[in-house]
Amino acid sequence: MKILVCIKQVPQKDAPLKLNETGTWIREDVSYEINEPDAYALEEALRQKEKHGGEVVAITSGPARSQQVLREALAKGADRAIHLEDNAFVGFDAYNTARAFAAAIKDEQFDLIFTGLQSDDYGYAQTGVILAELLGHPHATIIMQIEKSDSGIRVKRELEAGYFQFVDMPLPAVLTIQSGISKLRYATLIGIKQAKNKPLRKVALAEVQSALSDNLQKIERLYVPQKTKKTEIIDGSPNEIAKKLVERLRNEVRVL
Amino acid sequence: MKILVVVEQREGKLNRVSWETIAAGQALAADTGGTLEAAVVGAGVSGYAAEIAAKKLAKVYAIESAGLEPYTPDAFVHALKGFIATNQPALVMMPHTYQVRDFVPKLATAAGSTCISDCIGYKKDGDKLLFTRQMFQGKLAADVSFTGAGPWFVTFQNGAFRGDKAEAGAAAAPVEVVNVEIPAGVVRNQPHEVFKEAKQAVDLTQAEIIVAVGRGIKEEKNIAIAKALAEALGGDLAASRPICDNGWLPMDRQIGSSGQTVAPKLYLALGISGAIQHIVGMKGARTIIAVNKDAEAPIFEIADYAVVGNLFDIVPPLIEEVKKAKAANS
Repeated sequence: MKILVCIKQVPQKDAPLKLNETGTWIREDVSYEINEPDAYALEEALRQKEKHGGEVVAITSGPARSQQVLREALAKGADRAIHLEDNAFVGFDAYNTARAFAAAIKDEQFDLIFTGLQSDDYGYAQTGVILAELLGHPHATIIMQIEKSDSGIRVKRELEAGYFQFVDMPLPAVLTIQSGISKLRYATLIGIKQAKNKPLRKVALAEVQSALSDNLQKIERLYVPQKTKKTEIIDGSPNEIAKKLVERLRNEVRVL
Repeated sequence: MKILVVVEQREGKLNRVSWETIAAGQALAADTGGTLEAAVVGAGVSGYAAEIAAKKLAKVYAIESAGLEPYTPDAFVHALKGFIATNQPALVMMPHTYQVRDFVPKLATAAGSTCISDCIGYKKDGDKLLFTRQMFQGKLAADVSFTGAGPWFVTFQNGAFRGDKAEAGAAAAPVEVVNVEIPAGVVRNQPHEVFKEAKQAVDLTQAEIIVAVGRGIKEEKNIAIAKALAEALGGDLAASRPICDNGWLPMDRQIGSSGQTVAPKLYLALGISGAIQHIVGMKGARTIIAVNKDAEAPIFEIADYAVVGNLFDIVPPLIEEVKKAKAANS
C-alpha cells in the first residue's frame, strides 16, 4: 500500500506563547514539535507498511523549521517526504492547506491518506476531510484500527459515548487517526542516519499557487482568554469544608 | 440573515446538545434581525421535527430518506448540499459532535465554502460577525470572521450555550418534510452496527454531575472513594488522561482533548492539576469544584469553588454530608 501521512509542526505543548505585534498570531520564537495526533497517524502508516509492504510518504507545509517533522518521520521509517516550504503556509486555513496538498500530490496515486484527528494549534479537525472531498475520495474520521479486506479496508471508528463502529471502505481513502491507539516508536540511531539519504522533495508556494484560493476565514484577533469566573475559596476543617460544599451544592448549584 | 440550525439525533433520541445549538441560533437571529429555521436529517425523523417545532423557530424541516440511515458522510452531504442550495441559508449552525466533525468539512467544501469549527461563542463587531474559538488547546482564544461568500458554516462546542435557554415558540413552528433521493453510487462507505466495547460505557457528554479524578488519587484502589462520592451525588465518574493511560478507568471516561468534551451542571475535580489538555474538555461545566493539595494548581483558575487540601481528608466527610442532605430531601 502506498500511504501519504499529513504532518503538521506545532508549538510544543508546554511552550509559553507570546502574541505578535498585531495580535493576530503567536511570535514564532518558540520550540516546535510534531503535532501529537499526526505522530499516531505516522505510526499507523508505518505499521500498515510493515504488514502489507508498500511505501510511506510524509508531507508537511510550513517554513524551513517544519522540515524537522519530516526528518523525524524519515528517521522513524517513512520512505520519502514532501515539504511545501513557505512562511505563508502558516496562515492558511484548512481549505487552502488541503488545496495545496492536493496540488502537490496530483501526479501520485496513494491508496491511503492519513492525518491526525486534529491539530494542537488550530484544532479545526478539518484538513483531512476537506482533502478527501477535493480528491473525490471517501473518508472516515477518528479511526482506531485498520484492516485490509478483499474490497478495500475495514476501519474501526470511535463514536461518542463509548460507541464504536466498523466501516467497510473502498480504496483510495482518507482517514483521520485517533490519538493514543498505539505505542509510538522512537527513531533509532541507524534510522536517523538513513534519513539523511532519503528523498525530500521541496515544493515552492509558486508551484501550487494556481490551485489555491483566498482564505475563506480570517483570524481577526488572537488573545489570552479572560478569566470570567470568580473563585470562592472554601476552607476550614474537612468537616467544615464538607458542610460548606453541601450548602453550596444545595442552594447555589442546585444539584441536591 | 437566514440562519439554519441542523440538529442531531442518534439512537432514537435528539442529542441534548441540539438544544444548545437552537439557543445559539435564537440569540444570533435576535442580534442580527435574522430568521431562524431548523432541520433534522435522517430516516423517519418527522417525530424529532415535531419535538423541535415547539421552540421559537420560523420553520422546521425533516430531511428524509431511507438512504440516510445508517449515517454516512456521503449521504448526509448529498442531502444537505441539495437542501442548502435550495433553501439558501446565509449561516448554517451545528453542534460540534463527532458526527458533525465527520461530515461538515466535506459539506462546506462541496458548497464552496468553509466552516469555523468548535466555537464557544460569537460577537458582533459592527456588521461583522466574529466567532470565538479556542486555539492552542485553549491557551489562547481567537475571533474568526468569514471572508468568502456564504453559505457559512459554524459548529459550537458542547456547553457553549445553555440548552435550557432555548425559547419555546408561541405556537408550534410549521414542519415541512423534504424527501430526498440518495442515488446509487453516492454512498461509498458501508457502516456496520454501532456497538459498545466496555460493558458500562457511559455517555459523559449527557451527564449532569461528574466527579473526576486525576493523578492526586495516587493509587488505583483509591478510585473507590471518588466512585462513592459520584454515587452519593447521583453522578458519573470520569478521569484525566493519566488515570486512563494507567488503565485505572476505561478510555470512555477520559475528559480532555483526547477524550470527551463535557458540560455538566457540576464538575467536581479531585486531585486534578488542570493541564490545558484536560481543561479544554470540561471548562464548559456550569459549576466547577476543585479539590487539590497544590494551591497553585491551574484547575483553580477556572474553579467556582476551590478547596486547597488533601482529597483523602475531604472526600469522606463530604460523602456523609451529601448522603445526609439527600436523606433530608426524601
